[in-house]
Amino acid sequence: MTPFYLHGVGVLGPGLHGWQAARRILGGEQMYRYEAPHEPKPDLLPQNERRRGPKTVRWTVAVAQEALQGTGFSAAEAAAVFTSSSGDGETMHQICESLARPGREVSPTRFHNSVHNAAAGYWSIASGSCRTSVTLCGHDASFAAGLLEAAGLVSAGEPAVLLVAYDLPYPQPLLSHRPIREPLAVAMLFSAQARHPALAQWRISLGAGAGNAAPSAVPPGLESNPAAQALPLLAAVARGRTETASITFTYGQQLEVESQACF
Amino acid sequence: MKPLTVTSFTTVNALGEGNAAILVALRGRRSGLRRNDFESASIDTWIGRVEGIESAPLPPSLSLFECRNNRLAVLGLRQDGFEQAVGRARERYGDHRIAVLIGTSTSGVRETERAYAERDAVTGALPPSYHYSETHNLFSVCEVVRRYLGLSGPSATISTACSSSAKVFASAQRLIDAGFADAAVVGGVDSLCLMTLYGFQSLGLLSREPSRPCDEARDGISIGEAAGFALLERSAAGRPGVGLIGYGESSDAYHMSAPHPEGAGAIAAMRDALARAQIGPGEVDYVNMHGTGTPANDRTEDMALHRVFGGAVTCSSTKGWTGHTLGAAGIVEAVISLLCLQEGFVPGNLNVRKVDPALKSRIAVANEERKLRHVVSNSFGFGGNNCSLVFGRLV
Repeated sequence: MTPFYLHGVGVLGPGLHGWQAARRILGGEQMYRYEAPHEPKPDLLPQNERRRGPKTVRWTVAVAQEALQGTGFSAAEAAAVFTSSSGDGETMHQICESLARPGREVSPTRFHNSVHNAAAGYWSIASGSCRTSVTLCGHDASFAAGLLEAAGLVSAGEPAVLLVAYDLPYPQPLLSHRPIREPLAVAMLFSAQARHPALAQWRISLGAGAGNAAPSAVPPGLESNPAAQALPLLAAVARGRTETASITFTYGQQLEVESQACF
Repeated sequence: MKPLTVTSFTTVNALGEGNAAILVALRGRRSGLRRNDFESASIDTWIGRVEGIESAPLPPSLSLFECRNNRLAVLGLRQDGFEQAVGRARERYGDHRIAVLIGTSTSGVRETERAYAERDAVTGALPPSYHYSETHNLFSVCEVVRRYLGLSGPSATISTACSSSAKVFASAQRLIDAGFADAAVVGGVDSLCLMTLYGFQSLGLLSREPSRPCDEARDGISIGEAAGFALLERSAAGRPGVGLIGYGESSDAYHMSAPHPEGAGAIAAMRDALARAQIGPGEVDYVNMHGTGTPANDRTEDMALHRVFGGAVTCSSTKGWTGHTLGAAGIVEAVISLLCLQEGFVPGNLNVRKVDPALKSRIAVANEERKLRHVVSNSFGFGGNNCSLVFGRLV
């Protein structure tokens, strides 16, 4: 497919507080140091949800806002792709606990928050975006699935596409069965045009193989988080060189991303 | 957009297994709904349950994926020569060139519900027989479809609540158009579970009768379960038939579980779909509504339909037959729309005693036999997620 542009990035995870900090770490200018992530309070959310809304919503809205910041694109004009293996694990846990009790009383708010596209729904309400919104799951390959979907949307003529990849750890007892230990949310803003300043130009293709992306780009503890597949690609952007990184997709296939720096 | 031929399609739902059974029920105006008898769910409502899932185990190679939802998926893949059609496509394109996109809202969450009911009294641990990734995880059903059909193309589950398995068509068209795949298996699978039954009850959205979309006294949904699949290939000379000629998507940006009061998102999705199909509203002969049977959905969808089509087009919902199959509703109604096109037939709304006089669209309440040029299928989900598909004849 034709190449497209990466205009903005948002990152939130342990030791990765925002793109500017993550860029220095991923680019090799600064050592990674584990630090528990601060709880984001994105100002786009109404006060009620900023404090009490689902954690997945606060995290995804925070990185989405960061990715849009300073790009020249508005939230309202961006189509959205949200991708996650787990969705809202906390809500799922609470509903399953309620269903295991005799009365089986499920909270109506929790129930509508349990849909996999809840974070995307809150994002569209908060940002006022009425455009296409796709929410996916590809288990460990969730990021690759989301990036391919985003590329498809850019290729189909969407003026701007926001990709948000996230996974937050499940509470116990589910955590033992899906051991994603550290939270991570990453957002990227893409478009087909060089109308606005870009960080890189990406060309993506599918090929046979199992992904060669340097695991060194992924800080310890984050390997098990599906959203961390984004980090080797962002490391190429941070280094400001032309590089190709490939990440594992579905059985026997990899997603190859050629990243060319834009100055 | 470049149209896609639907070279094979099928569904299993409360009406039966495969297209012939579905057509017989639609033509005979026989509903698949029954009084709720799902496991231990003691809720006074009606459901669209698929018979025989309990006695249809997965093939041994997929035994780790054992759960109601994945059984339903495989039951669906076995109908109407679908797996044979995919086999031929696999020979034509190669297994890595066929994408697999499946919609679901709850996947195998029933296994997690069961596991939570059997937690260790001391440690709180889930039973060792519980397999999260192969059942509960939303990708599980996509993985089962991919393995069963022997495909290795780009695969993903799309989960946008009740629009999930309509949106798979849009994503497949984009992947094929961008050259990432030559064909796609799209579909949707959702099965009965406690979470949706008790969840919709908590929202006050379950009907105590068989749901009756567009009726003056409609009072909610009947939850159903279903699987459905379609094989999409580039439209080409020598491949006539029925196909996808347009899709439209939008977000309400309004509320998590209530539709926009004037149907703004639905209007945008339908207009977007007609524009992509390059047809005018007057060229659509039937709209298969989302038509859930809740007062709010049918009212706002009708407003949207009237704005787009001006009251001329015939509309109906088939959820009085199948129930609301949630993440599978998009594919079930896509399959019904394709059958309507092929057969020249409109299924009039079922269970209607009196059409709501507030609705301005032309709501069919009896079946009609006539040639259809284009059919629109609407699917709207929580989070204000909307998708409209346009199906037509390809020559």
